[in-house]
Amino acid sequence: MSEDLIFAKDLCKTYNGFKAVDGISLRMSRGECFGILGPNGAGKTTTVRMIYGFSPVSSGTLKVFGMDIQKHARLIKAKSGVCQQENNLDPDLTVFQNLVTFASYFDIPRVTARQRTTELLRFMQLEHKKKAKILELSGGMQRRLVIARALINKPELLILDEPTTGLDPQSRHQVWARLAELRAQGLGILLTTHYMEEAAHLCDRLVIMDHGRILVEGAPLDLIHQNVGANVIEIESPSESLLKFVKESNLDHEKLSHRLLIYTRDGETLFRKISDDLCDRGCSLRMATLEDVFLKLTGRELRD
Amino acid sequence: MAVRETNWLPDISPRFLRILQRNSQVLRRTWKVNFLPPVLEPVLYLLAFGAGLGLLVREISYQGKPVSYVAYIAPALIAINIMYNAFFENTFASYVRMYYQKTYDAIMATPLNLDEIITGEIVWGAVKSLIATILMMAVISFFRLLVYPQAILIVPLAFLGGLAFGSVAMCFTALVPQIEVFNFPIFLFITPMFLFSGTFFPLDTLPKWAQVLAQVLPLTHLVALVRALAMGKLQVQLLLSLLYLAVFSAATFFLAIKLMRRRLII
Ligand SMILES: Nc1ncnc2c1ncn2[C@@H]1O[C@H](COP(=O)(O)OP(=O)(O)OP(=O)(O)O)[C@@H](O)[C@H]1O
Ligand SMILES: [Mg+2]
Repeated sequence: MSEDLIFAKDLCKTYNGFKAVDGISLRMSRGECFGILGPNGAGKTTTVRMIYGFSPVSSGTLKVFGMDIQKHARLIKAKSGVCQQENNLDPDLTVFQNLVTFASYFDIPRVTARQRTTELLRFMQLEHKKKAKILELSGGMQRRLVIARALINKPELLILDEPTTGLDPQSRHQVWARLAELRAQGLGILLTTHYMEEAAHLCDRLVIMDHGRILVEGAPLDLIHQNVGANVIEIESPSESLLKFVKESNLDHEKLSHRLLIYTRDGETLFRKISDDLCDRGCSLRMATLEDVFLKLTGRELRD
Repeated sequence: MAVRETNWLPDISPRFLRILQRNSQVLRRTWKVNFLPPVLEPVLYLLAFGAGLGLLVREISYQGKPVSYVAYIAPALIAINIMYNAFFENTFASYVRMYYQKTYDAIMATPLNLDEIITGEIVWGAVKSLIATILMMAVISFFRLLVYPQAILIVPLAFLGGLAFGSVAMCFTALVPQIEVFNFPIFLFITPMFLFSGTFFPLDTLPKWAQVLAQVLPLTHLVALVRALAMGKLQVQLLLSLLYLAVFSAATFFLAIKLMRRRLII
């Protein structure tokens, strides 16, 4: 129990009768990187906002560092670092002042704060922007600065709400490298994301949420194996005979408007059979990814 | 923070001072623009009213004795300045920080809680009123319109007045759906006070009902206090005005915290 960084049981959040989070249970241990995946409006932000004591819990149990969030919010917040979904850096202050001022909210002495700011700016490769105003920074730099800010109090739990949304691949990989480094140092990281690659790359365990509920939980690879198998065969404009074959052999598949996806454990043999006999072009075999799991479980229709 | 819904009393530690530090850091860069009005405005008003209107009015009766018109309005200018500084700080400036910059959201993820953020913002508004008052008093003193040492007491009074107008401003900030809506409290509350609180003409020239109404307005009491201190003519009944301002500040402060919780803790 005390080993749990986060413990949630039947956690709910209701906005005027609308259940944004509908009875989720999860636990995250120290040193673990835990992911919350889900489409827009799944309830990811609502969940993490309860975890860092921003939003009151409607019902259920929620403990962070073994303490009840409703009673010890201040203590919990002192030991957590939070990167909210929106970049809410202080535009009235410079890059350096942003971190030093944020440190003051944690009662960190000024000398320590300045030292730590310098370290963190170096860690996030923002040293050269020390004196810049926030609006002069690119989106990627702002995001890195938000993450640096979340680390100012040497947190034991780092909470990141979509840390890399809107970043170019370079910035994204840079952020991943930093986060992997922090994880290797034993920092517990809770992150929400839409990027399956990000989750597969960073998370030890993850949950996929939709409509305020948890659909599955597990390690990324296990989830892939349990839900879609090892491979996916994609066929463009499948022929009638192929469709018939798929149905008759009871293969796990998904039929999209112009595409057929077959999920399988035994990709090579099946692929050879299909490509030899039932399909002359537009047929490919690939490894199954977390994205396949995600789309299979949460469906393909748009959310907004 | 979550328990706060059942916790009626504000939960405030000295951490709210961090908000003042943050805001003063910003002010250090923009102070010139911020404090130009309190220095220039009295000069303009005193010239306009002294040289213009003053020629028509010349003297006005205060506590049974005639005083020059500029001596009559100079304290009102100070009181209005106190009102403006705190009111505009805790409406427009606070709203920008809360709504556009999401500064409160960021701070709410630290050990500071919303009650402390709001307290810090209101106290900051009062500090701005106080600084602006000192600057303005320095200018008005050149015109020999303040009686010392009594006038020194205007400085702490400016802080109390700042709390009163800052707290009521914060209530509006918690309520308005968008920034343009501040025009309503300005048009319906601030402007009438500016004109009808015994600022530019004595209250007893108003009809009886308007005089009664004016007693409800916090600026009426602030003007009465500042004027008495500026002229060095203190009276016991002014304690009632002081009490009114204190009660008004406390009530609107609690209300501001309550309304802000309702707006931001969701
Ligand atoms: N303050 C609020 N009032 C009412 N409904 C809300 C509020 N905040 C969120 N919701 C609703 O709760 C649901 C979950 O929202 P949430 O922001 O947690 O989703 P999310 O998974 O973070 O989505 P995204 O990927 O778009 O950030 C949505 O349907 C949203 O409209
Ligand atoms: Mg979100």
